[in-house]
Amino acid sequence: MPLMLSPADTATRRVPDAPVVRASGRSAFCRAAGLSLAALARLLAGASVRWIASQPDTCQRVYFANHTSHLDALIVWSSLPQPVREVTRPVAAKDYWTRGIVRRWLAQEVFDAILIDRTDIKVHQSPVDMMLREAGTTHSLIVFPEGSRSVTGEIGEFKSGLYYLAKKRADIELVPVHIDNLNRVLPRGEFLPVPLLSCISFGPPLWLERGEPKLDFLARARQAVLALKE
Amino acid sequence: MNDTRTIALITSVLALLTVATAAGQYLRRHPDRGLDPAAVRTFNLRLRGWWILCTVLAAAFWLGTTATVVLFGLVSFWALREFITLTPTRKGDHRALFWVFFLFTPLHYVLVGLNRYDVFSVFLPVYATLFVLARVAFAGDYKRFLERTAKIQAGLVVCVYCLSFAPALLQLPLAGAGTADRGANFRLLFFLILLVQFADCMQYLWSRMLGQRLVAPAVSSNRTWEGLLGSATSTALLAAALWWAAPPFQPWQAALAGLVVGVMGFAGGMTMSAIKRDRGVKDYGTLVVGHGGVLDRIDSMCFAAPVFYHITLLITGVRPG
Repeated sequence: MPLMLSPADTATRRVPDAPVVRASGRSAFCRAAGLSLAALARLLAGASVRWIASQPDTCQRVYFANHTSHLDALIVWSSLPQPVREVTRPVAAKDYWTRGIVRRWLAQEVFDAILIDRTDIKVHQSPVDMMLREAGTTHSLIVFPEGSRSVTGEIGEFKSGLYYLAKKRADIELVPVHIDNLNRVLPRGEFLPVPLLSCISFGPPLWLERGEPKLDFLARARQAVLALKE
Repeated sequence: MNDTRTIALITSVLALLTVATAAGQYLRRHPDRGLDPAAVRTFNLRLRGWWILCTVLAAAFWLGTTATVVLFGLVSFWALREFITLTPTRKGDHRALFWVFFLFTPLHYVLVGLNRYDVFSVFLPVYATLFVLARVAFAGDYKRFLERTAKIQAGLVVCVYCLSFAPALLQLPLAGAGTADRGANFRLLFFLILLVQFADCMQYLWSRMLGQRLVAPAVSSNRTWEGLLGSATSTALLAAALWWAAPPFQPWQAALAGLVVGVMGFAGGMTMSAIKRDRGVKDYGTLVVGHGGVLDRIDSMCFAAPVFYHITLLITGVRPG
């Protein structure tokens, strides 16, 4: 796989009928729960989905989005077409998603999330390594490079995880995702949603250029998300 | 609904739609007629939207009063979410909005469905307003307080309260107390919807053909005084011609109702246009292809429905409830 790919190449990189192998082998009940939750969340958040110069694909990808609400991962996941959703796993904070039986069940069984321990990061067990190990060669990931939910609604600086992901696996497509208005549906610190209309925009994939400095790459990735705002 | 007048009304509307659809398809297949292809496409898309509207309405009518009230309740809910989505709110409004969406809006339609005119006529304008003011104050954010509460209140009144007068027409005891002639009520509601849609089209046509003087260029670049006059007169004429379909009306009364529907529909369009201009958008949403948002489709109806309802009360002298 070449290190650099122009966006034009992506059309030819469609993976037909990617084998769907669920490591966890979710039960039919959990799958049904996932489907109905996704439908409910989309109904509630009135999410309209746009693919801008981009196509849904089951090839291995990292979707990186701005983080505004607890619903973000769920809405991005449910915005993907069913075959793509099957191979896509959200990356979430372990401390939040293992608190209580319901959250743990949702994260582990329904969404098959990759839980990252934010409080206990070790050198030999870095979150990026763990994500890549869990992703294997088939799964795509949903990540929020800001690290935590934005308070002001502005998109904050990206943490370096995305850069190391791109550096370690140059073959994975990095797809920018912009989430609009979801912070008003369920703002930080609220638990009752207001059913406003939100918009999820997927942009064209990008890759780490050869020798591109970390800060340049992170700024470019953040700009790619911002560019989807309109 | 098995009476001849209902069937005649529905047949005329279906015939009109069929003729319009045939014309639209003919124009699409013959692009050499000198008409703007984009305009033909818009026309065909609008027609498709009307077919959907007619099918949904027919299904609701057929299922009965409750189904129709529920249908209008869902439309109100969706229009309100479009309205609030486009209106900047602050975090301090969040909990007030939650109750507005999940308590006040459904409860109002329950009251409409229960035919409690005495309660539903004050429920939103008085009690919901008081609640919103107090809840936002309790949330502790006083910045632009009146502006924020006024936005929520305007959304509630236009999208929920005003629109609900359309299904409330189904509850009026038109044929005298105790008589169950539901057909008359359905015809009255259908009559209103038909007039509102017709007034919208006429406004567009008259503005395109004869429009010279814009009412407010900064608000809308295609709504003219000629469009307003033309639409009000044409709608009055259509209403007079269809007076037999609207149970309590004499021809001149139907014409008066048509005139008012024309003017109110125009006012509704202008109002929503002003809000959209302020927010810098063209349409409210993307539900039905070619029709903008739900709110774009019902703005005229929201303004016309309460006035039509009260004109009916005045003319017929029936008392609601």
